[in-house]
Amino acid sequence: MTVREIFRLLIKDKLGAIGIGILLFFIILAILAPFISPYDPTIENFRADGSFARMDPPSLQHLLGTTRMGRDVLSQVIAGTRVALYVGLTSAVMVTLIGTVIGLVSAYFGGWVDDLLMRFTDIVYGVPFLPFTMILVAILGPSIWNIIFAIILISWRTTARVIRAEVLTLKERTFIQAAKLTGASHRRIIFHHLAPNILPLSLVYSSLAMGWAILTEASISFLGYGDPFLMSWGKILFDAYVAQAINDAWWWVVPPGLAITLLVMSGFFVSRSLEEVLNPRLRRL
Amino acid sequence: MRAFIIRRLIQMILTMVVLMTILFFMFRVLPGDPTTSLLDAALPVEAQNAVLHQFGLDKPLSEQYKIYMVNLAHGEFGISFNTREPVSNVIMDKLWNTLFLMGFSVGLALLIGIFGGAIVAWYRGTTFEAVAVSVVLFFRSSPVFWIGMMALSVFSYKLGWFPIGGMHEPGQNLVTFRERYLNLEFLHHLILPGLVGASYYIANPLLIMRSSTIEVMEDDFIEMARAKGLSERTILFRHAMRNSMLPVVTQVALLIGFAIGGQVLVETVFNWPGIGREIVTAIQLNDYPVAQATFFMMGVLVIVLNFLTDLVYGVLDPRVTYK
Repeated sequence: MTVREIFRLLIKDKLGAIGIGILLFFIILAILAPFISPYDPTIENFRADGSFARMDPPSLQHLLGTTRMGRDVLSQVIAGTRVALYVGLTSAVMVTLIGTVIGLVSAYFGGWVDDLLMRFTDIVYGVPFLPFTMILVAILGPSIWNIIFAIILISWRTTARVIRAEVLTLKERTFIQAAKLTGASHRRIIFHHLAPNILPLSLVYSSLAMGWAILTEASISFLGYGDPFLMSWGKILFDAYVAQAINDAWWWVVPPGLAITLLVMSGFFVSRSLEEVLNPRLRRL
Repeated sequence: MRAFIIRRLIQMILTMVVLMTILFFMFRVLPGDPTTSLLDAALPVEAQNAVLHQFGLDKPLSEQYKIYMVNLAHGEFGISFNTREPVSNVIMDKLWNTLFLMGFSVGLALLIGIFGGAIVAWYRGTTFEAVAVSVVLFFRSSPVFWIGMMALSVFSYKLGWFPIGGMHEPGQNLVTFRERYLNLEFLHHLILPGLVGASYYIANPLLIMRSSTIEVMEDDFIEMARAKGLSERTILFRHAMRNSMLPVVTQVALLIGFAIGGQVLVETVFNWPGIGREIVTAIQLNDYPVAQATFFMMGVLVIVLNFLTDLVYGVLDPRVTYK
């Protein structure tokens, strides 16, 4: 299917259209962040009478209010968009790449390669996800790269499992058998025949991986292990929790969480639409 | 069947061994000298060395590893660097706390997920379905600690229906099992964190149940039941659900792994004294006996529960036999 056809099918499903819309909205927000952000997210602001703008409710000057340190919440949320998309998209790409390759290789070559890789995947499955990430970040340091590394290390297993199952069924199909009979090399079969057919499935799981990565980074930041130099949505919530602002400053707590929810939901909607592209039976006519 | 169980047991032990080995070396590489929490720099050198010797920290790494593995096999977790208490004391209580909370959340999620999924499938194509799926996806996409924070704000602070956190009112000294768990106060504290957790875990079971039920409803035996004149409701609950439930059970293993991670967050927000919260503090304080032991407990929990789920699946689906 051409890209245009895929795109058109994606838009047809209402939820898919909403998902792509939200995603585009955040991407544009992230690109334009330094230009549309009303204040610098890290500086403390002051009110007209010269007092510290601490925990101000939403007003015309500060559309989403201020934090306990007098920082503008809206600017922080806009700045957080960049981090979220960075983590989300990078992780999604890497997880899909690694997961797909491992799943492909494992299923295609079978035998001891398959056994080894699947045992390895099983062990990774037994690792409690969040504690492991905390330990890794505690060892390697709280930089955003280490967080992404930890996320990738744990998340590739789902994609690998799924791709492997798909390739196992594809392997038995006649067109692959025919290719083998006519003497196609492994490389040709893998890249020319198998890959285009598993690509849509990979894309489905990459949108899911994006959501998962964003949630994990937010959780890590909330527990205090986030990158101290980056303003991520999870970090905003961490600040709010530590300042015990839950009761007093709803404007500080609601927007970052809502932003996370919307972005992750868009990932779910897009993946659902991609599934319908893949599987014509699921489409509503 | 017996061979299957034995094979799985060996696999489980192997996985744990590999896990704990990785863990052992990871912790030894942790920055921040754990001895700083053990030792007072003002102590004379001999006293410092004596403490190190007592904790076995002056032996070569390979020896420490051997001792560590042997101890683990005996269930000997060592002494907390922080509180100087045996680690087992620290974790065993907390393990029960986590089990109760997790059991409640996961159980509720499965119950509502399975029944809800079937009902949503029945109402396929209506607004009810669209709304239900959207609500479920909303909770799945939200950071669970954020939902917890908002639940606290609305239900505990503003409405005062539930306590602000913790497992009991502070200042009590509860010892017996009954005093701690089998009373109304515990339940009162359990509900809000339990509901928040359940809302997070419910998405997968519900959605899988929904798509599974939709497929099952098109099967021949359902046609037959309709031809026999059974009501739609009977067909759904008595015939279709039993079969469409199976894919959900296979996913329970994943759900449990997911839930352990979620526990860490829920326990932190609600100040629930479980092993989730414990591992966060232990890592912060570089208390690696406690951190190792809690991690070990979590891994064991996931692996054992996975195994039990497979057995349950074998019971539920008579077509499946384990060799």
